[in-house]
Amino acid sequence: MLKIKNLHVSVDDTPILKGISLEIKKGEIHAIMGPNGSGKSTLSNVIAGKEDYQITQGTIEFEGKDLLELSAEERAHLGIFLSFQYPVEIPGVSVTNFIKTAINENRKAKGLEPMPAKELLKLIRERMELLNMDKSFLSRSLNEGFSGGEKKRNEIFQLSMLQPKLAILDETDSGLDIDALRIVAKGVNTLRTPENAFLIITHYQRLLEYIVPDFVHVLYNGKIVKTGSKDLALALEEKGYDWIKEEVAI
Amino acid sequence: MEAFKETLLSSFIVFENQLNGQKKSELHKLRQKAFEAFEKYGFPTRKDEDWKYTNLKPIIKHDYKIFHPKEQKLQLDEARKYFLSETDTYRIVFVDGYYASWLSLTTHHQYDICTFSALINRYPEIADEYVGKLINHGDSFTALNTAFAREGAYIFVPDNKIVDKPIEILHFTTPHALPAFQQPRSLLVLGKNSRATVIERHISLSANPVFTNSATEVFLHTGAILDHYKIQTDHYEASLIDNTVYQLQGYSVLNLTTASLGGKFVRNNPIVKLIESMAEAHLWGLTKIDSSELADHHTSIEHIAPHCQSNELYKGIFGGRSTGIFNGKVYVAPHAQKTNAFQQNNNIVLSDKATVNTKPQLEIFANDVKCSHGCTVGQMDENAMFYLRQRGIAADKARALLLLAFAGEIVDKIQLPELRQYVKRIFNQKNHIDFDFDL
Ligand SMILES: Nc1ncnc2c1ncn2[C@@H]1O[C@H](COP(=O)(O)OP(=O)(O)OP(=O)(O)O)[C@@H](O)[C@H]1O
Ligand SMILES: [Mg+2]
Repeated sequence: MLKIKNLHVSVDDTPILKGISLEIKKGEIHAIMGPNGSGKSTLSNVIAGKEDYQITQGTIEFEGKDLLELSAEERAHLGIFLSFQYPVEIPGVSVTNFIKTAINENRKAKGLEPMPAKELLKLIRERMELLNMDKSFLSRSLNEGFSGGEKKRNEIFQLSMLQPKLAILDETDSGLDIDALRIVAKGVNTLRTPENAFLIITHYQRLLEYIVPDFVHVLYNGKIVKTGSKDLALALEEKGYDWIKEEVAI
Repeated sequence: MEAFKETLLSSFIVFENQLNGQKKSELHKLRQKAFEAFEKYGFPTRKDEDWKYTNLKPIIKHDYKIFHPKEQKLQLDEARKYFLSETDTYRIVFVDGYYASWLSLTTHHQYDICTFSALINRYPEIADEYVGKLINHGDSFTALNTAFAREGAYIFVPDNKIVDKPIEILHFTTPHALPAFQQPRSLLVLGKNSRATVIERHISLSANPVFTNSATEVFLHTGAILDHYKIQTDHYEASLIDNTVYQLQGYSVLNLTTASLGGKFVRNNPIVKLIESMAEAHLWGLTKIDSSELADHHTSIEHIAPHCQSNELYKGIFGGRSTGIFNGKVYVAPHAQKTNAFQQNNNIVLSDKATVNTKPQLEIFANDVKCSHGCTVGQMDENAMFYLRQRGIAADKARALLLLAFAGEIVDKIQLPELRQYVKRIFNQKNHIDFDFDL
């Protein structure tokens, strides 16, 4: 599904990602862990198509298409979704209108008619229930004044509405209380099919107890320095990153 | 000297001679005085502090035609497109500076909703009491307007009356072979505890330059409430200078919404005089212009009495090579304690060729006051753009959505649903996007 080969990315001529290769197949769950500033969000943004990054080397393919040629919205239309580490507050645009616009823009890209209002409302209701969200969110301005946890839950709500093929969760668990974490995990697991895939960025292995990854990668200083099974996450939680840094130094 | 100024000077004598019967009136003396003031000051230049960023030259370079033949050129079917269609309204309509009875819906029943010429002819004592009492002849454009004051809207609402329908004031200019100059002059008097809603528009149907120099005096007596909408969506060859002076007595409320969404050159000079305690003025402005359009809001709030409130929020979006100006003057007199004055001007610049000049101008002589002001000039929020685009919303739609959200705070202040929809539609048209929902 997603094939990243030898990806090098700089910001203002400072290299941030220094040769990343990663392949995610459908049905898989990958986790990326790594110290602050190692380049995890940069990698997610580059996959999702944020501008202002210089791709100095390497390729990203999604279902055989060269992603680097495509705009952020075109990538979204292919089924790539990014749950933001810091969701943006957009005053004046309600959650409902936003999700409606997003869904219909995605449908338009596929040559489909807008979703009938009734169907949309039904889907919204179902998803809000799944995520234990209060209906009052719908009429509020997108993320404006939302608590940290509410913002994250709203990201997962959008994910559940858009049903992407590849969902990247950039620290969606940070800021969630234990119950919310469980609800979000339940949501993700419900949405899981053999056809889609998840890339989960996290600092804590707790989320990975609920959403069990097939692979855990360690991103350090712009490189994937270790890949393992879910046990790697446990080891990291116990021992921190020092041993990895030492290994890398050798 | 500009050819146009010469034309104006020589036309005044002709104009005066036409006004037989009015020669002894107060208005006549006023015109004389105003004319002398204009003769002395001429048009402002960029050396004048108030016109520093507003270049008049491209506007006054034309030698406009001042007098137009009185023809019934505009048909109802054509004019109707510019009326509110679903809202029942009174209408005062002018075509080329003349009252167009066949397009208007006026009344003298419980209140007077008619014309300035009717005021002069039928109610000279009211004219003497109000006309020229607020206008400052130190300003050349208002002086020029007063010198030639002849026609415009006249609204008089007696004490304790609420006007049952919104009032539309429309000024049409029909196609002319030459550049055309218009000078509507209006008077609005709202008696004690009365209420009215007024919508004002200038519409050029000419491909040639049209220049309108409008002046309006508005009196709000104790407890009166006025909702005043100025919807400026004119042709790209049309220019407007709007001087409106409001005088607010105790407990009266002014809600002024100015939507500047088009026109070659638009200058708004609302002057608000809060002369008795507990008066309130709310000024909301929305500007969205492109190409080489210019929109200038020069507001002036005079807190003359204590315990008054003023609140200004102007938002602007500037594309192309457009120019935006906001100058917010707030004067607080020495004894105007407990004044509450708020001012905010937020701008988004969409292109590096567009410019915005924004300046608060506070002159505060009282010590126990709350005055705040702020201004921002920024670009589209790229993080917000990425967020929307990541969800599959195309860049142009994402931009339009963010701009509509930015404008929403002002648009939502429009109380009349049909007018609000209209402004939204024009706004979205300017962004080339239609949304199938209300924000
Ligand atoms: N736009 C930018 N301008 C300058 N530096 C940037 C920019 N974006 C990222 N960086 C730098 O790149 C490095 C990687 O940042 P990134 O946000 O990808 O880290 P991260 O692994 O997600 O960290 P965290 O765990 O704290 O979220 C950091 O040193 C950061 O300061
Ligand atoms: Mg990060």
